[in-house]
Amino acid sequence: MPLPENKPIIVVENLSARFGSNIVFEGVSFQVNKGEILVVVGESGCGKSTLLKIMIGLQKPFSGKVLFRGTDIISAGEDEINNYRQNIGVLFQSSALFSSMRLSENIALPLQEYTDLDSAMINMIIKMKLGMVNLAGYENHYPAELSGGMKKRAGIARAMALDPTVLFFDELSAGLDPVTAVELDDLIIKTNEALGTTMVIVTHELESICKIAHRVVMLDKTAKGIIAEGDPQELKEKSTDPRVRSFFLRQLPDADYRDGAYGK
Amino acid sequence: MHSEKDWSKLYKISSEKKDSHLFVYLTGDFGLKNLNLFTNDIRKLIDKKKFQQISIDFSGISFLDSAAALALIQLKNYAGAKNTLWSFVNLTEEAKGIFSVIHEQALIKRPFKPKTASDNFLIQLGDAFLHLVRDFINVVEFVGDLLFAIFYTITHPQSLRMKDILFYMKRAGVDGLPIVGLISALIGLIIAFMSFLQLKQVGANIYVPSLVSFAMVKELGPIMTAILVAGRSGSAFAAEIGTMVVNEEVDALKTMGFDPVRFLAVPKVLASMMVVPILTIYADFFGVLGGMIVGVTGLDLTVNTYLTQSIKTITVFDIVTSLIKAAVFAALIAGIGCQRGFQVRSGAQDVGKYTTSAVVSAIFLIVVADSIFAVTLYYIR
Repeated sequence: MPLPENKPIIVVENLSARFGSNIVFEGVSFQVNKGEILVVVGESGCGKSTLLKIMIGLQKPFSGKVLFRGTDIISAGEDEINNYRQNIGVLFQSSALFSSMRLSENIALPLQEYTDLDSAMINMIIKMKLGMVNLAGYENHYPAELSGGMKKRAGIARAMALDPTVLFFDELSAGLDPVTAVELDDLIIKTNEALGTTMVIVTHELESICKIAHRVVMLDKTAKGIIAEGDPQELKEKSTDPRVRSFFLRQLPDADYRDGAYGK
Repeated sequence: MHSEKDWSKLYKISSEKKDSHLFVYLTGDFGLKNLNLFTNDIRKLIDKKKFQQISIDFSGISFLDSAAALALIQLKNYAGAKNTLWSFVNLTEEAKGIFSVIHEQALIKRPFKPKTASDNFLIQLGDAFLHLVRDFINVVEFVGDLLFAIFYTITHPQSLRMKDILFYMKRAGVDGLPIVGLISALIGLIIAFMSFLQLKQVGANIYVPSLVSFAMVKELGPIMTAILVAGRSGSAFAAEIGTMVVNEEVDALKTMGFDPVRFLAVPKVLASMMVVPILTIYADFFGVLGGMIVGVTGLDLTVNTYLTQSIKTITVFDIVTSLIKAAVFAALIAGIGCQRGFQVRSGAQDVGKYTTSAVVSAIFLIVVADSIFAVTLYYIR
C-alpha cells in the first residue's frame, strides 16, 4: 500500500515501561504519521499491549513521552487527556461493547456526552456508522446477539462515533475465522482510505500485517525494545535479522537467539 | 487539539444567487463539533427563497468529517423534499472518500429487530409467577446438589481443599471482625440506652444488662452477624462464581471432570458454617460491651455488677441455640450466594443482578429461618 505523507501525528519518545523491577521495554521511540496504518508486532510478552495502553492513556510509563500534535499526554492534565480521548477511538480485543445496551445505545453514548446534537441527528449518525461497518439494521440488537466478527465491527463503529483522528486496535482479528478476519482487514483498509483515519494496530496475525500495514514496528522481548521498523513486505523479504525473519517466516528462532545471545 | 478550538470561528459560508440557482461556498473546518451551527446557517440560506437549484462548493473546505458529510446529505434530502435540485461541486479527494462510505440505503434501512414494547400487566404477572416457580426449582435442585456434594466431601475428606476453607474462613470471618465488632457494640449501646430511658421510670435500671445480653445472645447477635456476612460474603460468593461462569471457568471445571458445586460451593459453605458461629459469639461479646458503656457511665453500675447481671440472664441453652442458628444462617447465606452465582449466564449486568439477588434472598431466608427458630425453640423449651 502507498505510504501516506511523512507528517507525524503521534511521536513516542524514549518510552520505558516496567512492572516492579521487571523491565517490559525501554528506550522505545517511533512516530505515527498522519493517515497511515502502523502495526505494532512482536512475540507474546514483548510489551505490545502495554505500549498500546500507554499510548491511549490507560497506563503510565516508567519514563518517556507520547506526543499527540505536540502535547505530551503522559504529563498532561485531566482536561488535556479528555481532549485527547475525544480525538482517539479504541477497539479492545474483546470489543468491550456494553452488554446491557443495544448497539445504537453503545454508539450514541459518546455522541450524547460530547456533542450537542439532537436525538434525530444522533440516530442518523448511528445508522451511518453501522452502515460503514456493514451492520445496517442491527441498531436494536444487543451485543450478546452478535457473532464475534459482528461484535468487532460494532466496536469499530463505536470507536468511530466521534470521527476520531487516530484509531487504536488491540489484537484486531484475534479469535476470528479467516474469512471474518479478511473482512475486517478490508474494512480497515477501506476506512483508512476513505476517511484518512490514522490507525495503530497491535496484532501478530501475519497475513493481516502484510495486507493492511503501511509500516511495522517490531518489538522484541529479549531486546526489550524495537528491533525493526519499516515496510512489512521489505522486512519479510530483506531483513537479515534472524528474529525478524523467524517472525515473518513463522520459523523457530535459531539456537543463538534461543540462548538469548541477541539480547546481550 | 481540535476540541479546544472555537469551532464556530473555523468555518465560513458565503453564497451567490444567479437567477434561481443558489451557489453556497463552504470554507474552513466542518465537523461534528460545529455541525448544528453550519447546518442551521445553510438551512437559513435555503429557506430564504425558493430556488430551483442549489450547488454546494467544496473547494474551500480544509476539514470535513463523516458526521458533517452526513449533515450535508440530510440537507440535500431536505432540499429534495422541496423539489430543489441539489449538487455538490468541486469535491476534494478527501470529501469524495468520505461520501463513498456513507451508504444512503443504510440511513433508511429499518432495524431488523423492533424495539420490544413492554408487556401488559397480566403477562408481566404471569412472567413474574413463572420466574418465581423456576427460581424455586433452581434452588431446590441446587440444595440437592449441595447436600450430595457435602455428603461426598464428608465421605471423601481427602477431596476437601483445606486451603480454600482457610481462605474463605479468613474472608468471611477474620476480615469481618472490625465491622461486626463495631456494629454489635453500637447495637448493644442503643438497646441499653433505649431500655434505660424506659426502665428508669419504674426504677428497674438493674434489668438493663439483662435486657441487652438477652437480646444480643438470643436474637440480635446471630441475626446482625448474619446480615453483615450476607452483605460482605454472600455477595462476594455470588460475584466470584458469576464472573467465573462468564469467563467460562465453570465450563472448564465441568470438562475437566470436576463438580463445580463440590469444587466451588462446598468450601464456601463449610467455611461459613465454621466461622459465622464464632463471629456471632464475638458479636454477642461486643454487644454486651456496648451496653456496658451505658450501664457504667449512665446507670452507675460497676463493671462487675453489669457483667454478673448479664451472665445471670444467659443460659447454656441460649448460647447453644444461638450457635446453631448462626450455623444455619451461614449455610443459607453461602448456599444462596453460590446458587445465585451459578445462575449468571452472561455479562456484567447478570453478575450485578444475581449479586444483589444473593444478598436480598439471604436476608429473606435469614428472617424466615429465624421465625421458624423462634417458634420451634419456644415449644422445645
